[in-house]
Amino acid sequence: MKAIDFVLAGVGGQGILLSSDILCLVGMIAGYDVKKTDVHGMAQRGGSVISHVRLADHVYSPMVPVGEADVLLAFEKLEACRWLHYLRGDGVAVVNDEAIPTLALESRVPYPDDATILNLLRARARRVDLLPAGTLAAQLGNVRVANVILLGALSCSLDIPITVWQRAVAERVPARARELNLRAFELGRAEAIRRGETLPALL
Amino acid sequence: MKRLLLGNEALALGAYMAGVRVATGYPGTPSTEILEHFARYPGVYAEWSPNEKVALEVGIGACLAGARTIVTMKHVGLNVAADPFFAVAYTGVEAGLVVISADDPGMHSSQGEQDNRNYAKFAKVPLLEPSDSQECYDMMRVGLEISERFDTPVLLRTTGRVSHAQSLVDVGAEQMQRPSPPPRQAFPRDPAKYVLLPVNARQRRQAMAARLRDLQEYAETTPLNAILWGDRRLGIVTDSIAYQYAREVFPQASFLKLGMAYPFPRRRLIEFARQVETLLIIEELDPFIEEHIRALPDLPPVRVLGKEVFPEIGEFSPELVAECALKFGSLVADFVSPALREALANRQASPEPAPALPGRPPVLCPGCGHRATFYTLRQLTFPDPLEEEPEPTAARSPYRRASLDRRRQYGLVVAGDIGCYTLGALQPLFAMDTCGCMGASIGYALGMEKAGMKNKAVAVIGDSTFYHSGITGLVDVITSGAATTVIILDNGTTAMTGGNANPGSGTTVDGRPAPRVDLETLCRGLGVEDVQVIGGFDAERIERELARALQSPAPSVLIVREPCVLKANPKSPFVSWVEAEKCVACWACLATACPALIRREGKVAVLPDKCTDCQVCNQICPHDAIVRVERDGGGA
Repeated sequence: MKAIDFVLAGVGGQGILLSSDILCLVGMIAGYDVKKTDVHGMAQRGGSVISHVRLADHVYSPMVPVGEADVLLAFEKLEACRWLHYLRGDGVAVVNDEAIPTLALESRVPYPDDATILNLLRARARRVDLLPAGTLAAQLGNVRVANVILLGALSCSLDIPITVWQRAVAERVPARARELNLRAFELGRAEAIRRGETLPALL
Repeated sequence: MKRLLLGNEALALGAYMAGVRVATGYPGTPSTEILEHFARYPGVYAEWSPNEKVALEVGIGACLAGARTIVTMKHVGLNVAADPFFAVAYTGVEAGLVVISADDPGMHSSQGEQDNRNYAKFAKVPLLEPSDSQECYDMMRVGLEISERFDTPVLLRTTGRVSHAQSLVDVGAEQMQRPSPPPRQAFPRDPAKYVLLPVNARQRRQAMAARLRDLQEYAETTPLNAILWGDRRLGIVTDSIAYQYAREVFPQASFLKLGMAYPFPRRRLIEFARQVETLLIIEELDPFIEEHIRALPDLPPVRVLGKEVFPEIGEFSPELVAECALKFGSLVADFVSPALREALANRQASPEPAPALPGRPPVLCPGCGHRATFYTLRQLTFPDPLEEEPEPTAARSPYRRASLDRRRQYGLVVAGDIGCYTLGALQPLFAMDTCGCMGASIGYALGMEKAGMKNKAVAVIGDSTFYHSGITGLVDVITSGAATTVIILDNGTTAMTGGNANPGSGTTVDGRPAPRVDLETLCRGLGVEDVQVIGGFDAERIERELARALQSPAPSVLIVREPCVLKANPKSPFVSWVEAEKCVACWACLATACPALIRREGKVAVLPDKCTDCQVCNQICPHDAIVRVERDGGGA
């Protein structure tokens, strides 16, 4: 099977570790060897967080080498730019169109404007999917499912059956939130299809 | 059956399935999850001990009583536990004892990146090093068997990327069967072995030497040390996570993979070295394997490369290993895989240099009970050199100028400690002058006072760190007749590592009710008469009590008590709200480093989703521009 490397980036507390868990489960169900790694400890302190997920016939390093990620899945725009160097030139960036401000007094460097961010992302990635996942999640009544909406959008760009994704989401989220998360997943898919951000991006 | 397991969870499950009955430890990244997972299994005893030394002592007692035992800690924790670690290396064990040290190359969450493989050699105990979760699971059983067979504690050393990586583990049958525990045993009375009087210790020292020779033989033949033949021009010797990187970067090479690097398998290495042209040692941190190899008197005439290719400092990654190899050139570079070459080329071909992006360091959470204390301390500490510049940006506001004058006047020195609150050292709180090791704050402040320092010093320490090793510092404050002021930030938990139980929490590791230590009574019992308890959001009272305590000739303890916001999860119907017409943009509130406050259109605004209604900013605003409103009534 074709190896797929993911880098997930965002701000602590955005549900990044849950998303990388779901991606691992997707890989497992699809029959891949799977490894993932992230840095714990700081994850809840609002710092920059990155998680690596690797799917292949056999995975050695749990860390994705810089410049080798097929997918950058970013939960926040500035963090997408920060970890962009992990992406390969022909990789895809799926980015939540949401800005979380940095500490107000310490931002000697201002938060980049949208045009700067888009230019940066487009100069590196073959395709940039900028999705309003936070807004879509709010429409579903829970901003916390933005991460699963992004996974739904991402699923359109990977050659893994939809049923595998649905099973992974259903297994990994808490039982009481299962319906909501499956709806969020579908919403993400529908949005990506509407925008034409689908296969064969990674083939 | 295969399961996707975190390295730390695989260690816990491996221990459980190998019949471990007692597990102790002190939380510390990247080791914390081992004990948390273990504590969930039925029929075991697990505890967060007050510190690593106590944890290991409890563990030794348990293994002497016949229970297979594991003791978990981060690398620097073994410094604290070093005393019992060396003692048990002398006495040996009854049931298996595995001490797990999780190292942190790259210092993601530590004050240093010491290489604890050295402790194995130092204490003369066998060293096991898994490189993925499957090996974590398997080596736990092997470690316990080695411990019992050779009558020795075993050091199992992981690194962050082993402990905090998930990979597939074959756990055997679907219905996992844990061996039933042996019947209760009587203590095997053996003072000559377990009472380390010099007369006995001398005997034990001889026994250790004999044990080390036996372990040496074991290391030569164990499958933990394995040769994988590939192209014999390049032979790679490696351990731990570096093995995984090396396999990825040099897929064609031959490998000697060390799962047990101490005692060092000399004959195995020589057998390997005889059959390769170049010996390349790939190990994170110290040249531990390399020094063993270079010291071998009968090493065949082979080219040996190690730290001249790879750094001794920091964490490795696949691209770092590839980059170093390419930079070094020759045969080593030729073996780098095409995929890694391409990845590095991708990185270099980044079309334009990214502009400087604003950093996003970790911060105290919105609603954190430590914020007001550090804000207050900041008003009394040294001026920031930036502020002393003739027309610094930061001092343009009236608030900043006033606060600068106070700082020039006080120049308070803050001896800090280890926990979430160490983030109080970062700008803009910037209110910590020292932070060394667990519990150090009180001793540092006392030493400064006794040296006759011109400035006043104050110690700031968290509750868990105080129980860990601050108590003895406070004993010294009392007995030395000092006037030291100690602030104990009491949030009732060990927050930085994920909210673990501590002696003041009143809960066990798995959340059941437990007896708790009463902090005020403890401090008074040690002899501190001036003990005050203050709420963490009461900025005004914190300042008043601190000013009073600093002037007092007697020692004092200010307990600033506020439950960790991540545990308390307050859902207030109110939020703070900035009345824009009153805000003069002095940015005083922003000096609290609260992530719920932002600058918007030249004024401050509150992000209501993040605001927890702690009201610290409301108290600080010199213009009363921040008010309390109903959460759903206002909105930004």
